[in-house]
Amino acid sequence: MTTFIIRRLLQLIPVLLGVTVLVFSLMHLTPGNPAVIMAGESAPEATVRAIEARLGLNDPLHIQYFNFLSNALQLDFGVSIRDNIPVFDHIRPRFFITMELAIYGTIFAVVFGLLVGIVSAARQYSFSDVALMVVALFGLSMPNFWLGLMLIQWFAIELRWFAPTGWGDPNQIALPVIALGTAGAAIIARMTRSSMLDVLSQDYIRTARAKGVKERIVIFRHALKNALIPVVTVIGLQFGYFLGGSILTESVFAINGLGRLIIDSILQRDFPVVQGAILVISVSFVIVNLVVDISYRFLNKRVDLN
Amino acid sequence: MSENILDIKDLRTSFFVEGNEIKAVDGVTFQVPKGKTLGIVGESGSGKSISALSVLQLIDDPGKIVGGSIRFKDEELTTAKTSRMRNIRGNEISMIFQEPMTSLNPVYTIGQQLREAYKIHQGLGKKEGTKRSIEMLELVGIPSPEKRVDQYPYELSGGMRQRVMIAMALACKPELLIADEPTTALDVTIQAQILELIKNLQEEIGMSVVMITHDLGVVAETCDYVAVMYCGKVVEFADVETLFENPRHPYTVGLLSSLPRHDIDQDELVPIKGNVPAPDEMPSGCRFAPRCPHASAICSELPELETQEDGNDVRCWIYTEQWDGEKGVKVYDNETTS
Repeated sequence: MTTFIIRRLLQLIPVLLGVTVLVFSLMHLTPGNPAVIMAGESAPEATVRAIEARLGLNDPLHIQYFNFLSNALQLDFGVSIRDNIPVFDHIRPRFFITMELAIYGTIFAVVFGLLVGIVSAARQYSFSDVALMVVALFGLSMPNFWLGLMLIQWFAIELRWFAPTGWGDPNQIALPVIALGTAGAAIIARMTRSSMLDVLSQDYIRTARAKGVKERIVIFRHALKNALIPVVTVIGLQFGYFLGGSILTESVFAINGLGRLIIDSILQRDFPVVQGAILVISVSFVIVNLVVDISYRFLNKRVDLN
Repeated sequence: MSENILDIKDLRTSFFVEGNEIKAVDGVTFQVPKGKTLGIVGESGSGKSISALSVLQLIDDPGKIVGGSIRFKDEELTTAKTSRMRNIRGNEISMIFQEPMTSLNPVYTIGQQLREAYKIHQGLGKKEGTKRSIEMLELVGIPSPEKRVDQYPYELSGGMRQRVMIAMALACKPELLIADEPTTALDVTIQAQILELIKNLQEEIGMSVVMITHDLGVVAETCDYVAVMYCGKVVEFADVETLFENPRHPYTVGLLSSLPRHDIDQDELVPIKGNVPAPDEMPSGCRFAPRCPHASAICSELPELETQEDGNDVRCWIYTEQWDGEKGVKVYDNETTS
């Protein structure tokens, strides 16, 4: 197990290097001279030169990359062009907000998704199965920014149960979490249902029933643990998606998360911030996937991780 | 209490697919005398396994028991409550399945799965359950059981897994064991060991056994009585000597003729002509008539399972007054095979 984790950590190195190359290239692949973009079209030549010198844009590309990498390793992503505050200080508070949102969204998606999936599978083709799957299809098809707007309209403006914007108070958290998590819940529900149905037709389920095991225990102990194996992958991917994809939700609910930071920075051509934020999200995504891989081992002892 | 531990009468189990009724088990009748072994033989799809699963009420949707009676120790099982059935399963009647490779839950250890039976039926805790599980594994001949008990199914071979299945089935000392092709998926050498094991344990616990198989060799070795099934019906029910010495039904004769024999010179085996009819092409009369070398006009009507003078049953017009074919037809010739 320890060997596996060490090995997996070592495998992260090339992946992360690839990520940094891509993020680094962002600045250089964007059309136009970054210094000109930063300074503005009408900036004097001297200003542009000064920015170029400050950013090291005149150095050879590999030197620039190496500098970028070694700074990034020290969590130094440069300073924001807007206000000269270190990028890391911009990212840190917002990262935790986005992380919170993604975690709550994942919890919401997992709880509802598993519940709906299990009930549907246990009562295949019943009224509740069909009804739940129709609801799940709606949940899946609804764009989350639209769902967010509807939730604000109903529960914040008309019913006044929750706050329409912001983040922090419990009454601010509920709506964005629902808006973000609904599609994920629907995906997890459908995945759980089909995985459960597959498992419930296996021989070992018949063995359990022949042993006299109660149907409830057959489903929750004998079937669920097997059915979770493919679902865990989906949950991991959902969490990663929530980290990066909360941009829309954050915009709708005016939450100062990483997603909004990226959008604002793109609009203002604040490249160092964009680079830093994307790098942080990418690294989180890679780490989440590692955690998913490791959790496999606990669900399915057969997985040959080496 | 009658001398039969299990008494099945006119059992009908059907599957309902797209509005069609597929009669998998169509009026099956047989008895299992206490302490004895009954073999159920027949080709794939003859309804052997479905009959067995019906006994435990383990027929999955879209299947349903539509009629008949299953009496276990004089208790009717077709109308038994779910809670009563759960109590019977794994406790009074146990079952071993054909596929040892897939019949154990891959994500739980052998011990966890064995312990469960003790927990459900005897309320034993983890410590006592583990102790009993190890004893049981030892009984079924698994080496170093105290190590095996913490292993996962994938760490065991097919033969070992089938032993675990047997250990699990016998954990609560059931009165009836249903073994559904317990050796089909195993190597020949392991087959003999497993059959031997079941036989020994049977004597030890004094249980009755229903041995489902399509292997007549297994029947000869382990059974006291045999029910031969064809297309959801029992066509012959006899004690094992009579079945091999003097088989009555042409289908039984066909099965025996398609087996190699050591006692006579044989140039070739004689297979049964044709195939098992598809459910929607089932003949209304004798199900075997289209493949039967002796079929006559009356075979377009369905014969009854009738008891003969030696107490065995056969479902064939040849043994009735109404027989309109060749008189004194020799269905089975022990010297040359028919």
